[in-house]
Amino acid sequence: MSDPAVSNNSLRELVTFRVGDQDFCIDIMMVREIRGWTPATLLPHAPSYVLGVINLRGSVVPIVDLAARLGLAPSVPDPRHVIVIAVVGTQTVGFLVNAVSDIMGIDQADVQPTPDVTSEVTRAFIEGVIVTDERMLRVIDIKTVLPKCMESEDAQ
Amino acid sequence: MSASAEIRQTFFQECDELLEALDDGLYEIDQGVADGEVDAETVNAVFRSVHSIKGGAAAFGLDDLVHFAHQFETVLDVMRDGQLVPNEDVMKVCHRAADHLSDLVAAGRDERVLEGSTGADLIKKLSEIGGREATTGSSEQQSVDAGVSFQPLGLSLPMDFTFEEPAENDFSIQLIPSASLYSSGNDVSFLLRELIELGEVKVSVDTSELPDFDEMDCSDAYFKWSIDLRTTEAASSVRDVFEFVDGMCELDVTSREPSAKPSGETEEEDDDGPPALPLLNGASEPDAVEPPRQQSGRSEGKDKTGAQSGPKATVRVNLDLVDRLINMVGELVINQAVLTQCIDDAGLLDRGDLATSLAEFKNLARDIQESVMAIRAQSVKPLFQRMARIVREAAELSGKDADFQTEEETTEVDKTIIERLVDPLTHMIRNAVDHGLESRDDRIAAGKPDQGTIMLSAAHRSGRVLIEVSDDGAGINRPKVLKIATEKGLVSPDAQLKDSEIDNLLFMPGFSTADKVSNLSGRGVGMDVVKSAIQKLGGRVNIQSTPGKGTTMSISLPLTLAVLDGMVVDVAGQTMVVPITAIVETLRPKAGDIHRLGAETSVVSVRNNLVPIIDLGVVFGHRSQPMAISDMVLLLVESDNGTSWALAVDQIFDQRQVVIKGLETNYGHVPGVAAATILGDGNIALIIDPEETAHRNGPVIDQRDLALFDEVS
Repeated sequence: MSDPAVSNNSLRELVTFRVGDQDFCIDIMMVREIRGWTPATLLPHAPSYVLGVINLRGSVVPIVDLAARLGLAPSVPDPRHVIVIAVVGTQTVGFLVNAVSDIMGIDQADVQPTPDVTSEVTRAFIEGVIVTDERMLRVIDIKTVLPKCMESEDAQ
Repeated sequence: MSASAEIRQTFFQECDELLEALDDGLYEIDQGVADGEVDAETVNAVFRSVHSIKGGAAAFGLDDLVHFAHQFETVLDVMRDGQLVPNEDVMKVCHRAADHLSDLVAAGRDERVLEGSTGADLIKKLSEIGGREATTGSSEQQSVDAGVSFQPLGLSLPMDFTFEEPAENDFSIQLIPSASLYSSGNDVSFLLRELIELGEVKVSVDTSELPDFDEMDCSDAYFKWSIDLRTTEAASSVRDVFEFVDGMCELDVTSREPSAKPSGETEEEDDDGPPALPLLNGASEPDAVEPPRQQSGRSEGKDKTGAQSGPKATVRVNLDLVDRLINMVGELVINQAVLTQCIDDAGLLDRGDLATSLAEFKNLARDIQESVMAIRAQSVKPLFQRMARIVREAAELSGKDADFQTEEETTEVDKTIIERLVDPLTHMIRNAVDHGLESRDDRIAAGKPDQGTIMLSAAHRSGRVLIEVSDDGAGINRPKVLKIATEKGLVSPDAQLKDSEIDNLLFMPGFSTADKVSNLSGRGVGMDVVKSAIQKLGGRVNIQSTPGKGTTMSISLPLTLAVLDGMVVDVAGQTMVVPITAIVETLRPKAGDIHRLGAETSVVSVRNNLVPIIDLGVVFGHRSQPMAISDMVLLLVESDNGTSWALAVDQIFDQRQVVIKGLETNYGHVPGVAAATILGDGNIALIIDPEETAHRNGPVIDQRDLALFDEVS
């Protein structure tokens, strides 16, 4: 990641959350807000991991089921689920996660490269891993988990 | 943005306004020519527009523009002196000069150089007009009132240069600034500095008007400046220094006894005229010998009348700000709806006072929304003016004589729509001239006036804008259209098409009726591009043609791209919105009217027409098994080419105005979905694009099949 925060000093802050039974995190600079789950309006012809769109103060924001996107079992959303609203470039996207755990400061040096696992999906989405006292955090490369624009997929 | 870039931007914005005023003025003169009486003030206004463009362009070093504007201005100057009587030929050149001027402005804005010889040709033509008329005019003038000085105008400028360059001239300049000179950011010291660059300057100031300190108004101007200038530059260069303070000061530039002056035209002028030769503003009216004070007074008066007839006071606002405001007002309206629903849910709506103020709030919110939308609305006039130019160019290229008329050009439409209308409308106008109008000989043979007419009109029609392009040409040659369509395989040879269906073939991709590919149209990208561009704007194109009488193409557009009237419907549990403009009628079909056709498709018989049914729930994947159509409500939808189909929905909830929210920014295009909107309960509903729904997912129905349907039924 080429965040200015990373290059200036090696300390970066991450939001950690739980998807399925695994811990993930993304850079806090990407996160705009965290809100509870509200039913989304279905989007026709959308990939299965796109749950639909919600109204975020007047903007239409697509919601991605992060579990399904990462190749885990799709979530069945209920009010205890949480949506992490992230801004990537000009795009605003919400990610459905099980729960947000905490915010932690990490030295960039602590991020280890992803172990050489066989799963293509995992390697494509995971930027690296951080091992803390008792758990392993997977750092998500958020650009790769964005829903693909329908137009490019559907180009005839 | 740096300050200079900002000023530059302002200049070009002003140029647009000036060009518009210029076009207006020229049209008024056209009218005047036709009526045999040209208003001098109109000519003045036109002159001022060109002059202001020239002045600004000089500041930004746009030499081409300055040069051309100068030539143009010269002709206009001759005209406003009454020495050139505008006639149709002169006006033709003037119009083309105005077109070229706007090209130059555009080129200046984009920082490119205009290629081609148009400019040079026009300059030649302009100087022919200006020069010829000026000489004949001047002799008449002199014979009529001899003794009054006549100066052969700026036209002789190049000559002035050659004559005067080696010589030194002495000028005596009297400058009495008014307070407005200072308040507009000018300063005498700047002017003096510029004069110093021209040559040797002696400055004296008369401070006698300066009141006592107590009585002094520090924003007023009290000094009178006398400047003696010795320079090798021509009088025009001296005059140019004061170009930007024109009308804000009393200025008198007098050429004094020159030190060493070769015999030349300038000397003659001096001999003819009295010693004071006012050079301000190229002013060379025969009566220019008035004392300078009166002259400046008069020019101020002129400016005032100009302002009165000019446009209303406006504010330039960044479009982003307006859009943000529109967005927020959209939120407000949604919020109001949410609030109403909450209060209703709480069972408080039957309390009289609450209901009243809520209704008032609702009205207010709507009013604000409408007013804010009106900010984005613009009159179609600039668009129409551009089209006037297209007609001129197209007529010239195709060798036809076309008159261009507009109607209701003050009709206001959303700015974005106007911008996106330029290309399709250009294409339609070109087509009308190139294909619509017959050649002169054919017209005469048909007993029509040899000049064809292209009419462009705009009107508000039931919440939409209707723009019509009509010509009085030969109308669509339907046998030829049909033949070509058949040859190109667009219709089957045995198809029986109605006249309107044949006309609509023009909008099919890859259709071109031109026998030869001309420079104007017939380049393969045809009317289908026009149609899709209009459809993207939520509009519809229609074509009507009467053989021998002409063709009318009408575009129907929404007033704004921000809201639309929609029917809120239930599609397998999902709330969706169908644009009302697309819906022809709604119906609850009887079981007997529905016929199955093939494995999965059904048709409904509507007044003996068989219309294919599209189950939206299935199309959008909200329902895997089709529901019994007889339990559903059908929305009969018609596309512009006359194709119709029925959208099946579970039920209709409501009909209301919805604010359009794009899906593209955060997600992307969804097939069959035009946009999204936010409902009263804060949830999102998708707005259906009926056309796309049918074409992508529905049974493929084309003209041929429909024609067969017609035969069957």
